[in-house]
Amino acid sequence: MKQEYRKKTSWGALLAVLVFLAVVLWLDQIIKPTNKMYMLLTVLQKGSVYALAAVSMNLLNGYTGLFSLGHAGFMLIGAYTYAIFTIPSSARDAVYQYFDAAVRFSFPEALSGVMGPAGTAVGVLIAVILAGLMAAFFAWLIGLPVLRLKSDYLAIATLGFAEIIRAIFQWQKLGPITNGSNLLKNFARTSKFKLELGDTKLVLSTFVPVLIATISIIIIVKLVNSTYGRAFKAIRDDEIAAEAMGINLAKHKMLSFTVSSFFAGVSGAMMAMVLSIAQASNFKSAMTYEILLMVVLGGIGSTSGSVIGSFLFVAASEWWLRGLDSGSFLGISAPGIFRNGFRLVVFSIIIMIVVLFFRKGIMGEREISDVLRSRKKKAGGTAK
Amino acid sequence: MRKDRPCVLRVEDVTMQFGGVVAVNDFSMEEYEGEIVAIIGPNGAGKTTAFNVITGVYAPTNGRVSFNGSKVIENFPKGKMKKGYLGENAGKYTETLEPTPDKLTALGMARTFQNIRLWPSMSVFENVLIAKHMKRTSNLFSATFGANRAEEIRQREEADALLETVGLSDVRNELATSLPYGKQRRLEIARALATEPKLLLLDEPAAGMNPQETVELTRFIAEIRDQFHVSILLIEHHMDLVMDISDRIYVLDFGKMIAHGTPTEIQANEKVIDAYLGVADDA
Repeated sequence: MKQEYRKKTSWGALLAVLVFLAVVLWLDQIIKPTNKMYMLLTVLQKGSVYALAAVSMNLLNGYTGLFSLGHAGFMLIGAYTYAIFTIPSSARDAVYQYFDAAVRFSFPEALSGVMGPAGTAVGVLIAVILAGLMAAFFAWLIGLPVLRLKSDYLAIATLGFAEIIRAIFQWQKLGPITNGSNLLKNFARTSKFKLELGDTKLVLSTFVPVLIATISIIIIVKLVNSTYGRAFKAIRDDEIAAEAMGINLAKHKMLSFTVSSFFAGVSGAMMAMVLSIAQASNFKSAMTYEILLMVVLGGIGSTSGSVIGSFLFVAASEWWLRGLDSGSFLGISAPGIFRNGFRLVVFSIIIMIVVLFFRKGIMGEREISDVLRSRKKKAGGTAK
Repeated sequence: MRKDRPCVLRVEDVTMQFGGVVAVNDFSMEEYEGEIVAIIGPNGAGKTTAFNVITGVYAPTNGRVSFNGSKVIENFPKGKMKKGYLGENAGKYTETLEPTPDKLTALGMARTFQNIRLWPSMSVFENVLIAKHMKRTSNLFSATFGANRAEEIRQREEADALLETVGLSDVRNELATSLPYGKQRRLEIARALATEPKLLLLDEPAAGMNPQETVELTRFIAEIRDQFHVSILLIEHHMDLVMDISDRIYVLDFGKMIAHGTPTEIQANEKVIDAYLGVADDA
C-alpha cells in the first residue's frame, strides 16, 4: 500500500472556521448591550481569551510534558505591555495620576497619524504582538535556570516567578511605567472597536478577540502537527529516549516554553482589551489554576479539548450558573439557598465529579477531527 | 580483527566511579568499521555503565572516547573525585569534553535500551519519523507554516522505506506499545537506524525473548550490519547469540576487563569460565 504524504488542505476545517467567524461578526451586529442575550457575546469574548490561554498552556503541559504554573505571570506581562503602548496621549495624565508617565508612545495613535484610520488597527496588532514578544522574552530569561528542573519543582519555580512578577508590577518605584498598584485604563479596548465604511458601521467588539484567538490557535495547531510538535511529544513520552534519538532537550524545552509564553502574553493583551482595564492584582495564581482546570476539563493533550473546556467554563461561571447566586435557578426560586457564593459551591461539585469520573476530560487526547473521522469510519462499516 | 579498516570507536582508560564504587575500571577497547563487537560479563560487571559512558549519559571519572577518529568524550578526576579516584591513570587526560547524548547521536551513534523505551502514545510510524527530527533543516517558523513540506514528505518516505526494510510496515499505524515484545525490539532498532548511524549500540537486545525470537533477532542483527553498513556494539547475556554473530568479544568482571578476543578464544579462556561459574576456594 502506497502512503499518501501530500497532506490535503483541510478545506472542511477552514470553511468551518470562516463560518464561525462570520456568525460571530453577525451576532456582534444584532445583539445590543441592552439585549438579554448580550451574555452570549461576553462569553464569546472572555471565552476566546481563556481558550487561547488554555491552548498555550496545553502546548507546554499537555504536549511537552513540562508542568508549569507561571501562566498568569506571562499574561500579566502581556496585558501591561499592551495597555502601556496603546494609551493615547490625551488620556495618559489621567491614567498616571500619581506618577510622571515614562512611556509616552502609543502605537495606534502614532500609526493612525501616518496611515489614517487603518493605522489604529495596525497599531493594536503591533501592540498585541509586542505583548507576546515581551512575555516570550521573560520566559526565555527565567527558562535558562528553571527548565533544568523537573515536574513538581518546575511547577513551584514558575508559580513563584508569577507571584514575583505580580509583586514587581505593583511596586511603587516602577510607577512611571506600570502605574504602581493602580489600574491602567483608557487604552484601546474592544468595546470601542468599530469599522466604518461610508454609512455602514460594523461593531467589532467580539469579532476582534475571537479573530485573534482563532488565528493564534491555528498557529499552535500547525506547530503541534509539525516536526517540532512531534519532538515535543517525544520529550513528554520519554525524555531519555528523545535525547538518545538526537533531540536537544534544553533547546526544545526552551522553544516550547517561549512559544507557550508568547501566546500567554497575547491572551493577556486580549484580556486587557476585553476587560478595558489592566491591574496586576487580577493576575493571581488562582487564574493559572482556572486555566489549568480548563485544560484538564477539556483533556490534557487535546487542543480542541482546551477550547471546549474554556468556553464551557466561562459560560458556566459567567452565565448559566448565575442564577445560583441571585435567587432563582432553572425556575426554582429559593433565595434562602441561592445566595451569593452558592454558584461556587455547585461549580466545585461539578469539577469534583469531572475529576473523579471523567479523568481524561471531555476529549481525552483526541481532537475534533479524530472524533469526526472515527464517526465516518463507523458509518461506512455499518453500510457494508 | 579488521585492523585494515578505520577505527570507529576507541575507548581509552575509561573509569566510572560512583563515590567509592568503581563501576568501570580502566576499560579500553576499539571497534573497527563493519565489526560486531560484544561486551559480556556477569551481572553487575559494569557493562551498561560502560555503555552509558560511551553514549554520553554519564560523564566518566577519567578517560577518553574517540569516535570516527575524533575525540568526543574526555574527562579527568576533579572536584570530589580528585582525592577519591581509585584508578591508575590520573593526570593522563587533561581536557573536559562532556557532550549530551543528542550531540553524540548527531555525530552518528545510536542506541537502544535494555528496558525498551519507545514513545508509548505514538504509532510505529511516528516513532521512526521522530527519530528523523534531528536530520531536519527547517526551523520552528518554517516548520509551523509548512515551508518545509518537501523535507517533511521526504522524511515520511524514508521512515516508511525503513519500516518496509525491517518488516514492520504491516503494523505501521498501530500504537508502538501494543506490539508484541519481539517486534518492539525490532522497532527500537529501526528507530535507532532512522538517525542514520555509523555505530549502533544495542543494550541487551535479546533480553526477555524466547529462543525462537532470539534466533530471528540474531539473523536480523547480522542483516542490518550488511544492509545499513553500520558497526554494532552490543551487550548481551544470551551466549548463543553472542558467540554466533560477534567478531570479537570483551569480557568485563567487577568493572575490569578480564579478557578479549574472538568467540573461540573467549570460550576457552579460563578467567572467563571462572568469572561465570565462580572459582573454587582453595580448600
